[in-house]
Amino acid sequence: MDKALGDKIPEFNKKPQAGGVGITSASLGLGEHRTKFEILVIILVAVVIVGGTEASLIVFNVPQYVFPKPSQIIVALFTEWVYIWPHLLITLYELLVGFAIGGSIGFVLAAVITQFPFVEKVVTPYILLLVTTPMLALVPLLILRFGFGSEPRIIAVALASGPMVMINSATGFRRVDLAKIALARSFGASTIQIFTKIRIPMAMPMIIVGLMVGSIFGLLTTIGAEMVGGAEGLGNRLTYYSALIRMPQFFAIILILAILGISIYVIFFWLGKRWASWEA
Amino acid sequence: MNLKVEKKAVSAAKPCAVKMAIRDATKYYHTRSGAVHALDSVSLDVRESEFLCILGPSGCGKTTLLWSMAGLHPLSSGEIRLGDEVITKPNPEIAMIFQDANLLPWRNLAKNIELPFELKRQPPDRKMINKLLDRVSLTGFENKFPRELSGGMQQRASIVRSLAVSPSVLLMDEPFGALDAFTRDEMNLLIQEIWMETRKTIAFVTHSISEAIFLADRVAVMSARPGRIAEIYDIDIPRPRPVEIQTQPDFIKRVLQIKSRIEHGKGPATGLAIT
Ligand SMILES: Nc1ncnc2c1ncn2[C@@H]1O[C@H](COP(=O)(O)OP(=O)(O)O)[C@@H](O)[C@H]1O
Ligand SMILES: [Mg+2]
Repeated sequence: MDKALGDKIPEFNKKPQAGGVGITSASLGLGEHRTKFEILVIILVAVVIVGGTEASLIVFNVPQYVFPKPSQIIVALFTEWVYIWPHLLITLYELLVGFAIGGSIGFVLAAVITQFPFVEKVVTPYILLLVTTPMLALVPLLILRFGFGSEPRIIAVALASGPMVMINSATGFRRVDLAKIALARSFGASTIQIFTKIRIPMAMPMIIVGLMVGSIFGLLTTIGAEMVGGAEGLGNRLTYYSALIRMPQFFAIILILAILGISIYVIFFWLGKRWASWEA
Repeated sequence: MNLKVEKKAVSAAKPCAVKMAIRDATKYYHTRSGAVHALDSVSLDVRESEFLCILGPSGCGKTTLLWSMAGLHPLSSGEIRLGDEVITKPNPEIAMIFQDANLLPWRNLAKNIELPFELKRQPPDRKMINKLLDRVSLTGFENKFPRELSGGMQQRASIVRSLAVSPSVLLMDEPFGALDAFTRDEMNLLIQEIWMETRKTIAFVTHSISEAIFLADRVAVMSARPGRIAEIYDIDIPRPRPVEIQTQPDFIKRVLQIKSRIEHGKGPATGLAIT
């Protein structure tokens, strides 16, 4: 950082960054510009870790059921793919549907409730309760009621992601700037226009944070719920392969989950860059 | 052609045609700790095509008055008329320019200027916008975001945003208060030129005596808490007025005259800046 000061005058007139609020490129770690050299080093580190693991597993003769070699995991991923991908689709389906339901309810609730301070004060503790209680705990109950299909998991995902979206969006909607609203009104804006042209864009950085955290929570809950009951989904495959001590396949699933998580992160990072970068 | 007709009408109407009439405007803010008496029976005419400065210390109710004129909030009693029409809500003839430029940080300059058109569901008047951008030397900055522009540029953009929808009245609330002295001089010259070219009716709020005298045809001085009009001064200095005029004895005499009148009795004792 310091060396960058050499040829640049720091901007003193810039407002201090609102700590922790909004998606800034720094908080996401993806935004900083990386040189080719740095990217090369990052790839090199990955190669060293993977290669080192492979080599030491061979050298110390670690049995496959304790820890499979990276090469075995990759091979398992490809050979088992035909059996795995239907489960991947089910997991994605549950995650997307649950998140869509929970997220949209959370968003609409946040938008409406923040308009009524009294209602907001009354509702917030209950939302907080939903945020802090792991919705996984409800899954056995939901299974009793809805059976072993996707429904109980979708409900759990909605319950896990919705409150996250709601609480973050509400923080965004609460940041009203009266001058901006007056500006819109002075040009004859309707209530709906003020909402779509001022309030939503102003809340957008926090809405995106909510969507990101909500969808990550949703992924956790999907996998967890699949592990609890039923015979489908990547979570179920984890229990299945570990029960059979088929560790390369087990780790192949872990690899897919890691890629899923990273994809969610990247998607919302780009959404943030597109719709919320003005705040950084 | 069109322009000529307009000018004729203006010059014919010049002797004191009233554009906006403020009658006994009184406003209380109701807060938890009680009512704040912000305006006390303010009566003031804003004449057609005049440059009126409203001068007063901070907290005397200038913004409150301007917001009422813009139809942004209601009066407790009294009324404000634009022609025959009583102002109860924002009027397309009236455009407001806010204290800091009040650009939307998530829109670039072009999108900021198009906002009023979007809100009115009209296609943006590109010819007008480009002409105005050129007039305030902002051509080529259309893709910049507000944070990338200096304070002066931001305020120039907000002037373009307001003028692009062709209002006949401009309400300006300490628009240059946050700018440094040099930029402020530039902006004062610019707004003087724009006024001379367009002959819009301008009500310009400031707490600087010399800014008020430099810009105005008339200066209405407000007294503090509750705000009322203490005195109105005619400023008959011929235009265009160069920035240097502010150092000339006659100008300084006017500044001191207003200042001493304010200090002797009715007006606010403190809070007015000479510069
Ligand atoms: N929304 C509000 N609620 C309560 N009091 C207010 C509000 N807005 C302004 N005031 C009070 O009204 C008085 C006039 O304010 P304002 O019109 O902003 O003055 P000025 O623009 O001249 O500085 C001040 O005393 C201010 O504290
Ligand atoms: Mg003010």
